[in-house]
Amino acid sequence: MYTLHVNGKTHSVEVTPDTPLLWVLRDTLNMTGTKFGCGEALCGACTVHLDGVPVRSCSIPVSAAAGKHVTTIEAVGATAAGRAVQKAWLALDVPQCGYCQSGQIMSAAALLARKPAPTDADIDAAMAGNICRCGTYNQIRAAIKDAAADLGHGG
Amino acid sequence: MQARALRSRRDFLKVSALATGGMLVAVTIPGIGRRAIAASTDAPFAPNAFIRLTPDGTVTVVVGYSEMGQGVLTAVPMLVAEELDADWSRVRFEQAPSDPVYKNPLFGIQATGGSTTVRASWQPMREAGATARAMLIAAAARRWGVSPQECHTVAGRVVHADGRSLAYGELATDAAHEPVPTQVALKDPRQFRILGQSLDRLDTPLKIDGSGRFGIDVRVPGGYTAVLARPPVPGAKPRHWNAAHAKSLPGVKAIVEVPGGIAAVADGYWNAKKARDALDVQWDLGANTAYSSDGIRRTFLALAQGSGTVARQDGDAAAALHGPTATKHLDAVYEVPYLAHACMEPMNATASVTADGIDVWGSVQAPGAIQQALAAAFHLKPDQIRVTTTLLGGGFGRRFGLDYVFDAAFVSKAVGAPVHVMYPREDDMHAQFYRPAALLRFDAALGRDGMPVALRMNTVCASIAKAAHMPLHDGIDSFAVEGLTACPYRIPNLRIEWSESEPPYSVWFWRSVGHSQNIFFVEGIVDELAVAAGKDPYEYRRDLLGGAPRYRGVLELAAEKAGWSKPPAPGRHRGIAVGESFGSYVAEVAEVSVGPDGAVKVHRVVCAVDCGRVVNPRIVERQMESAIVYGLSAALYGRITIEHGRVQQSNFNDYPVVRIDEMPQVEVVILPSTENPGGVGEPGLPPLAPAVVNAIYAATGKRLRSLPIDTGALRRA
Repeated sequence: MYTLHVNGKTHSVEVTPDTPLLWVLRDTLNMTGTKFGCGEALCGACTVHLDGVPVRSCSIPVSAAAGKHVTTIEAVGATAAGRAVQKAWLALDVPQCGYCQSGQIMSAAALLARKPAPTDADIDAAMAGNICRCGTYNQIRAAIKDAAADLGHGG
Repeated sequence: MQARALRSRRDFLKVSALATGGMLVAVTIPGIGRRAIAASTDAPFAPNAFIRLTPDGTVTVVVGYSEMGQGVLTAVPMLVAEELDADWSRVRFEQAPSDPVYKNPLFGIQATGGSTTVRASWQPMREAGATARAMLIAAAARRWGVSPQECHTVAGRVVHADGRSLAYGELATDAAHEPVPTQVALKDPRQFRILGQSLDRLDTPLKIDGSGRFGIDVRVPGGYTAVLARPPVPGAKPRHWNAAHAKSLPGVKAIVEVPGGIAAVADGYWNAKKARDALDVQWDLGANTAYSSDGIRRTFLALAQGSGTVARQDGDAAAALHGPTATKHLDAVYEVPYLAHACMEPMNATASVTADGIDVWGSVQAPGAIQQALAAAFHLKPDQIRVTTTLLGGGFGRRFGLDYVFDAAFVSKAVGAPVHVMYPREDDMHAQFYRPAALLRFDAALGRDGMPVALRMNTVCASIAKAAHMPLHDGIDSFAVEGLTACPYRIPNLRIEWSESEPPYSVWFWRSVGHSQNIFFVEGIVDELAVAAGKDPYEYRRDLLGGAPRYRGVLELAAEKAGWSKPPAPGRHRGIAVGESFGSYVAEVAEVSVGPDGAVKVHRVVCAVDCGRVVNPRIVERQMESAIVYGLSAALYGRITIEHGRVQQSNFNDYPVVRIDEMPQVEVVILPSTENPGGVGEPGLPPLAPAVVNAIYAATGKRLRSLPIDTGALRRA
C-alpha cells in the first residue's frame, strides 16, 4: 500500500512496488491525461511534476513517488506557470494530434516555474526530452516565450 | 498473424474496389442520414447525418473522418459552416460513429488517409451545409408568410429584406418539417467568409488539459489489458511458453494463444506486460532468420541491374542513351531503408466481442475497413461491428492497418470480456507495416546543351498494393512508382520500370507513401544532371518544367522566398527540390551547414505550396511544417534494419527522431489558387530529403544517394 499525493488529493494504492507512477495514474487512479509513449524515459509523453520537478513517470516506480506531491496535466492549470503555458498553447493553436502535448506542457510549465525568462538554450535543454512526431516544436518554442512574457507582465 | 492481416486487408479492398467512383453522397437523402443519428440525438433539426441544430443555436457537425493532427475536426465543420452561414462561435464537432453514411467518397468506405479528407468533403460537406440553410430559410419564410427569395442569411440568422430576423436556433423545430431540397446552389468563392480563414482549431482545448480521449484512454467497465508475446521473426511459431508461471503473477487474468501471439491478460498494463515478459516463449523461428538488410540489398541491387515492368515510356530511352545526341552519361544507384511510423501513441485498441456483435474503440483510420474485415473474420454482418473512433495519437498511414484491432477482438473473444490490447513501444517498432525499402538504378544521358536526352530508372521494392490487396494495373503497383511516373521534367526519352521483391517484412502506407522515396530519387537525379550540365539546379529545373506550370509556380515562389539569387550566410548552403503528391505541388529550399565531423545542421526550410483552394491557411502551413519535420527525421535518422531475420530497432534510442534542439526555422508560403483543393497532410514531405541532400552536395561536393544521411561520409579529416 502506497500513499500518493496527486493534484492535492491523497490516494492509497495497492500495487506492486515496481509499478511505474505512470500506470498508477492511468490504470489505478484512471487519470489518463498523462500519456504513455516509450516506457524508457526517451520521449517525455509521460512527464509529471514530482515535488515540482519534471520527471518521466514511466520510469519512476511508485515506491519512489510514495509520500511525494505529484502534479499532472489535469491540475497544472492551477499553477501560475501551468496556466500561462496552457493559455499560450491555446492562443498559438500549438497541438496537432495532441498526444505528446500533456508532456510538453508539463515540461514547459516546470521550466517557467524555475526560469521565468528562458533563453532559447534553456528551452532546448528543458524540452529536448519531449518528442513530438507532428513536429510542433517551433510553435512550442513560441508559446513558451509568450507564456514567459505573460508571466512577466502578470507579476 | 500474417494470414489474419491479409484477410483483413483483402476485405477492406474488396469494399473499396466495389465503390470506386461512387461519389453519390447521402447528404440529400434524409432517410439514410437520420438513421445514423437517430439513436444519438434529440436535436430537433438534423437535416442529414452531418448537421444537428439545437434551439440554443448550437450547430454540431458530425465528422466521419479520423483526427490524427491534420485538423479534420476543424476543416470539415468549416466547410459545413460556410454554406450553412453558421455563426462560427456556435459550431461544435462530434466524432461520427461507424456508419456507411460517413464513407469517404474517394475510398468508398469510412476511412481517413491519402490526404483525402478535404478533397473528399469539399463538395458534399458544403452541400450538406447549403441544404440545411435552405431549410432554415424556408422555415423562416413560412413563419413570416413571405417568399424565401426575400430572405438571406448572416452568421446564424435568417434575415428578411425588411430587416426582421430569426436566429437559427429559433427555427430549428420548424426547419425539421421543411422538405429537403434536392438541389442547392453553392456560394461563389468570393463570398466565402469562413473558408480561407486561419480559424482556431476546435480540438485544441481538449489537447492542452489532458481531457482529450485517445484510443489508449478508453476504459470499458469489466475490461482487461493485454500485452502479447509476438513472433520475433516473420512466420515464427510459438513452441513452448510458461503459462503457469505468468498466470501466477499479480493481477493476471489469463494467458491465451491468439493468431497474433501469446496474450497475457491482466488488470492493467504493467501487470500484463510483466506477465508477457515472464512467458519465456520458445519460438520455432523458421527459415526467415536468413534475412538481413545486407542480403535484401544485394537482392534488390541484382534486380535493379536488370529490367523491370515498364510503368512509363516516352520515346526510346534504351536507344537514346547510346544515340548520337547523347554526349554525357551518368548512372548510379539510389536507396532508402524500411521506415517505421513511430506514432507517439503506440498501437492499441479495445474490443468487446459479445453474442450480438463486436464493439471496437480506438485510434483508427479506417472504421469502415474494420467493420468489413471483422465481420468477415467473425462471421457477422458489418453493421454488427460498431467502431468508436477516438482521437489518434498520430496516424501517418499506420492506423490504416488492422493488426492491433484484430488482436483486441481475438483476445476479447478468448477471455469473454472487453480487452484493451497494448503494444509496448518495442512491439510497435517491431510490428512492421513499414515504408518499403527501395533501391533505384538510373542511367541518364545529356545532350550537347546539357539538357537530358534520355533517362531510364528501374526501382526495386515490395508492393504495398499487394500487402493491402489492391489491384495492380498492367503489372504495376502504382504506390511503387508514384512520384516517378509523374516525372514532370521535359525528357524526350524516359523509361520507368518497377522490379518487385518481397522480403517477408510487411510493407504499408507511410506518410506520402511511394512519393517519400521516389521524389527523393528523381530530385537527386535531376540535381546530378544539373551539376553535370554545369547549370544552377534551380534554373535547370525551371527550364525543364516549362510544360508544368503548377510545379514551376511553387519552384519559383520557393526560390524567391529563400533568396536563391543571393548567396546564403557564410557556411550555409542551399538545396532545392519540388514534387507533386495527393493533388498538391510543393517546392522546398533547405539551408544547411556541414561540420568538420560531418554533422549536418538544417537551419532553415522554405516551403512553397499550391494546394488549390485553401480551407484554413494556418492548418495548411502547420501540415507542411509537420511533414517537413517528419521527413527530416527520416532523412537524418530513419532506418529499420534486419539481422538474422529480426528487426534491430526497438525504441527512440535506436530509432531517433528530430527533437526541438534540431528543429529548423520553417517558412511556408501558400501560392493562391482557384483550383479544387489538393491534400495537405502528406505533400510537404517528399521534397524535404532531396532538398537537404542537394544542399549537402552544395556544401561538400559529396552526392549522397542513400538515406538516412551518412555523416561519416561527410567527415573532413
